[in-house]
Amino acid sequence: MEKASESPLFDAANERRYQWRLMKDAAARRAVGVGGVGVIIAILLIFFYLVYVVYPLFVPASAGPVADYPVPGGSSTLHVEAEESGELAVRYTADGRAVFFRLADGAVVKDQPLIPTGGATVSALTAPDAAANDVALGLSDGRVLPVRHGFALSYPNDQRTITPALAFPYGEAALTLDDRHQPLQGLAVRDGEEALLMAATTADGRLLLVTFAKQTDFLSDETTLERSAVELRGVPFAPRFLLITPDQRWLYVASETGELTSFDLSDTAAPRHTETVRLVKGKAQLTSLRFLIGGYSLLAGSSDGRIAQWFPVRDDQNINRLTFIRGFQQGSAPVQALAVEQRRKGFVAADAQGRVGFYNTTANASVLTVDVVKGGVSALTISPRADALLAEGKDGRVHVWQVHNEHPEVSWSALWEKVHYEGYSQPEYVWQSSAANNDFEPKFSLTPLAFGTLKAAFYAMLFAAPLAILGAIYTAYFMAPRMRTVVKPTIEIMEALPTVILGFLAGLWLAPFFENHLPGVFALLVVAPFGVLAFAFVWSQLPLRIRSLVPEGWEAALLVPVLLFIGWFALSLSLPMEQLFFNGDMRAWLDNTFGIGFDQRNALVVGIAMGFAVIPNIFSIAEDAIFSVPKHLTFGSLALGATPWQTLSRVVILTASPGIFSALMIGLGRAVGETMIVLMATGNTPVMDLSIFQGMRTLSANVAVEMPESEVASTHYRILFLAALVLFMFTFAFNTVAEIVRQRLRKKYSSL
Amino acid sequence: MQTEPMNSVEAAAEATRRQVRIASRLSAWAASGSPWVWLNAAAIATSLIAVVGLLVFIAAHGLGHFWPKAIMEAIYAQPDGTRSQIIGEFQGHEVVPAERLRGTGIMLPPEVTTAARSLIKVGNRDALGFDFRWVLDDWLVDTRYPEDLVAIERREWGNFFGYLRSVEENGTTIATGPAAWEVLQARVQRAQALAAQIRRIEKDEIGSINYRMERLRLAERRIELQGTPDVTEQADIAAERAALNSEYQNLQGRLTALHEAIARDSLTAEIMGNRSVAVPLSSVVRAYQPNAMSLFDKVGFYVSKIWEFVSAEPREANTEGGIFPAIFGTVMMVMLMSVFVTPFGVVAAVYLREYARQGPLTRLIRIAVNNLAGVPSIVYGVFGLGFFVYFLGGSIDRLFFTEALPTPTFGTSGILWASLTLAILTVPVVIVATEEGLARVPRAVREGSLALGATKAETLWRTVLPMASPAMMTGLILAVARAAGEVAPLMLVGVVKLAPSLPLDGDAPFLHLDRKFMHLGFHIYDVGFQSPNVEAARPLVYATALLLVVIIILLNLSAIAIRNRLREKYRALDH
Repeated sequence: MEKASESPLFDAANERRYQWRLMKDAAARRAVGVGGVGVIIAILLIFFYLVYVVYPLFVPASAGPVADYPVPGGSSTLHVEAEESGELAVRYTADGRAVFFRLADGAVVKDQPLIPTGGATVSALTAPDAAANDVALGLSDGRVLPVRHGFALSYPNDQRTITPALAFPYGEAALTLDDRHQPLQGLAVRDGEEALLMAATTADGRLLLVTFAKQTDFLSDETTLERSAVELRGVPFAPRFLLITPDQRWLYVASETGELTSFDLSDTAAPRHTETVRLVKGKAQLTSLRFLIGGYSLLAGSSDGRIAQWFPVRDDQNINRLTFIRGFQQGSAPVQALAVEQRRKGFVAADAQGRVGFYNTTANASVLTVDVVKGGVSALTISPRADALLAEGKDGRVHVWQVHNEHPEVSWSALWEKVHYEGYSQPEYVWQSSAANNDFEPKFSLTPLAFGTLKAAFYAMLFAAPLAILGAIYTAYFMAPRMRTVVKPTIEIMEALPTVILGFLAGLWLAPFFENHLPGVFALLVVAPFGVLAFAFVWSQLPLRIRSLVPEGWEAALLVPVLLFIGWFALSLSLPMEQLFFNGDMRAWLDNTFGIGFDQRNALVVGIAMGFAVIPNIFSIAEDAIFSVPKHLTFGSLALGATPWQTLSRVVILTASPGIFSALMIGLGRAVGETMIVLMATGNTPVMDLSIFQGMRTLSANVAVEMPESEVASTHYRILFLAALVLFMFTFAFNTVAEIVRQRLRKKYSSL
Repeated sequence: MQTEPMNSVEAAAEATRRQVRIASRLSAWAASGSPWVWLNAAAIATSLIAVVGLLVFIAAHGLGHFWPKAIMEAIYAQPDGTRSQIIGEFQGHEVVPAERLRGTGIMLPPEVTTAARSLIKVGNRDALGFDFRWVLDDWLVDTRYPEDLVAIERREWGNFFGYLRSVEENGTTIATGPAAWEVLQARVQRAQALAAQIRRIEKDEIGSINYRMERLRLAERRIELQGTPDVTEQADIAAERAALNSEYQNLQGRLTALHEAIARDSLTAEIMGNRSVAVPLSSVVRAYQPNAMSLFDKVGFYVSKIWEFVSAEPREANTEGGIFPAIFGTVMMVMLMSVFVTPFGVVAAVYLREYARQGPLTRLIRIAVNNLAGVPSIVYGVFGLGFFVYFLGGSIDRLFFTEALPTPTFGTSGILWASLTLAILTVPVVIVATEEGLARVPRAVREGSLALGATKAETLWRTVLPMASPAMMTGLILAVARAAGEVAPLMLVGVVKLAPSLPLDGDAPFLHLDRKFMHLGFHIYDVGFQSPNVEAARPLVYATALLLVVIIILLNLSAIAIRNRLREKYRALDH
């Protein structure tokens, strides 16, 4: 073989061009390689991105110590609270001062006495609503001083500066609560639009309810308070804890032994005692009582380390009764302090061993437990963003911890089990992700959505599978080839129709049509098969001369006018049937006789519309499978004397059954993921009802509806991504199994 | 054959014998398996009826929308004695059980079991408060179709039906009676021309000024953020702003004059209930007398309405007018998507088929790519929203568009992200089709080219790819058809109910990839389910659906035709 350089064709120009061509080839290989791998990675990126967004839901909470310093400002703490950005905090001391200090190092920023020295001292303190920054001090001369602390945000020189401020919403002089001027031991205050309500226990054992009715002078816009007091008698124990609900409707009075009695305050002049319950178990003492955010649930911490959640539940006689909902056990040391999260249904509990536990009530989960301080805890608070924990220990130091607790609302039970939500009379499966108020309890149960998805897919397959498979059998096996060339493109067009159009027709035309012709529709479902069979029998008895007008393989074309006639006939019977059997209104009849509610946009409509969308998918794969069964099997069977139907049912179907199975799987995968039809043809209500006449909400429609309005990186957002991930994996798995089955089938046939 | 009459026993025996014959024939027929075959045939026939019926249904409703309907006038005589005049178009008809009507409070005599009722579009929503009414056929008497009944399409408050009484100019009547019609048409034409001018000034010219002012503001903010104020630049910006302001004042003056001019004319008409109503011509789009139109007039009207449908902007919360922005948005998005999907899909297919080692990994990747075509489209929408819009868009905003923050530029949905999302959604289709095309190219052709000394890249580029190009085109057409119809992902990444401006316009940089757009499929969803007046919107939804279906069917038929031609061509080559 000559070397290239020895060939007569060789010269420098050729060599250069040859090298250039080789370079282009190498560059093309690299470029295509990069491009191809890049595209494939981009496609697979979807899965990884979804996992990336969903993953934080399952990351456990964590907390770590950040700072620890002696209590700033001295004296013992009655109440401590942190500010929004976590820079400053305020503590109210037992000697009547408010001390503002920096969270990071405890440097005191402002120290202001609230009551004049030498006068009365502070004997009680209550902070009903952490979010409103309101605190009320109970004094030793029977007076109450409401105080409001605030943090003003300013940007001098573009630097963020937070300035603490104190305000006295009802004046610097305290309000008289007890006209006998006895020291106040327990205090509850609730401010409303029309009145300021206060309840207090005095040192001499009385329980007082005082209403300060507000009167606003509309000329000067000043508010004056008019005091009226009532002594509550008949409480069988020494009251220690007092709480008033945010709507000023109920007063809860609890003792150290754990008994709680509630008063109905709808008439503040005559409060009515309604019920008494025991909040703790056994011989335990009640050590702490707080409201969860929203003021509906009570959290009772007891000396056996248990925190119980109670809230009023409406029973059969429509009376609200306080009911135990769930309990959390934190070790065995007595619970000493409870702090409540300001924006979620969560709380923090500290016990006598200095352990602090983070909990979420809706998720019924203990999210995290850490050892914060040796010895007990005397004051506890969690910052508004739930990212910092302040614990004042019995060792006289303030311990600051940083907390990462992003998604405590998510737990297995919160997503998949029945949960007893606030305001419901029993545990239910509910999906209700948002509401108009801030202290809403988000209900993230995926069960109604998964149920809806499966229900829609079930009804869709119920309509689609028989039609598609039987149709595929006929088209592949019996149909004349010329008709096949018309039918196959028609079914392909069916596949290409946008689901938007199917959905809008289902919602705007089919649903009202069904509602008006309900008996006719059911008649049609029954009459159609029998009508076809009757026609077929009659046709088969006709003389050959007539039968040969329609060549073999064209029966489907012959049936088109027959079916149209049967359809028209059944639907025109609808009105007379409705008159005859259903008193003129089938909907009302269903409701009265069977108690079945009828929703215009229901599972029947969805089943038919989605069935229409899914039929072509199942049809094309099944038809392909049956068509590819080698012809010699058919010929052999017929030669041995079997009828065409016997050949089909005993030989061909069995051989093609993996293909048919794969077709059904693909159809099911498509039915599960369909969004637009469900969005438009159902009522989109997340109810769990098997009835064919009720609507549903599916996972896919839920994502489409709620995603544009959900807050980025919130729990809701990630749960929607979780729903999308579940759909993705489900359809991917189904399609993969179907594809593998199909490829194995193809290989098997190539050997036949 | 017996000629004497049979006695009863023999008759009974004969009947029984006949029954046995039929029964045996029936069982023989059943045993042959024939009933099952017929049921299978019925299944496919049902599917065919469903498809064709759906297309015919949409076509009938959609095309019928534009035909000028006759307006009827009738007296509605209710049994309690009230007689009211009804003027309107027949929209629908149904027969309902009387029970249901009684449930809504209509008193029917107890012997009546069913009632036929019609839906009348009475229009005049501003005067009457509602524009559709159901009336019972039996109570509608004296139905006439007077030739001088006028239908007016308006810019707001929907259609108007009534009798033209007079035409006014600046409040003074200039024409009444039969002559008023000609005068009205002339005045309406003038008003339409003025309205077109007003719209052009407001939308195009003032819109352009607004856009340029916004750019100046952003330029200023950019300078501010950079921290080094440049006096000359600021002076330039101030000068430009002053120029724009004076241009705006100019246009404003012209607009005021035009508004005054268009407000000059109005008409007075008498609507149902003998009420007299004044309609300013500034709100009139079209006035016609459908009962007096000849077939030729009606066809002309029909064509003009279809033209308006595809070329005009929507009015009245998308329930009237045209869908041009939706068509434009869909076409632009599909074109952008094709620009992304074709190179990516072809490169990936070429890599998978030609360059990658054909082992189990490649098979796995191929299965994965195939299955992605079956993943629900909403998942792609979610991915597009999270990754493209929030992550990529947010990063682009932080890096390049800080002066506009906190208003997002690319960090919000827009046509770019929508096209990319749909590109990822349809890339498996293109990959599969291209791979199939590449697989069909016979090995002999490839090997011959290599034997003649061509490199692999040259073989691909000059021989194989051209032979596979029909398959690539099929894949692209199928991708485009799918993208035109997918709505679910677009709901999350870019589509809006009403886009104030098109993504392509006369202001630099001309192609605005960050703008939101309208889409035909979403338009159907929005108008059908989120519009304030579903009855009025329904015909428009059918028309839009028809347009979308026609586009998609044409695309698919062409893809099928290309594919069939391909199969024929390659059947000859394979041996």
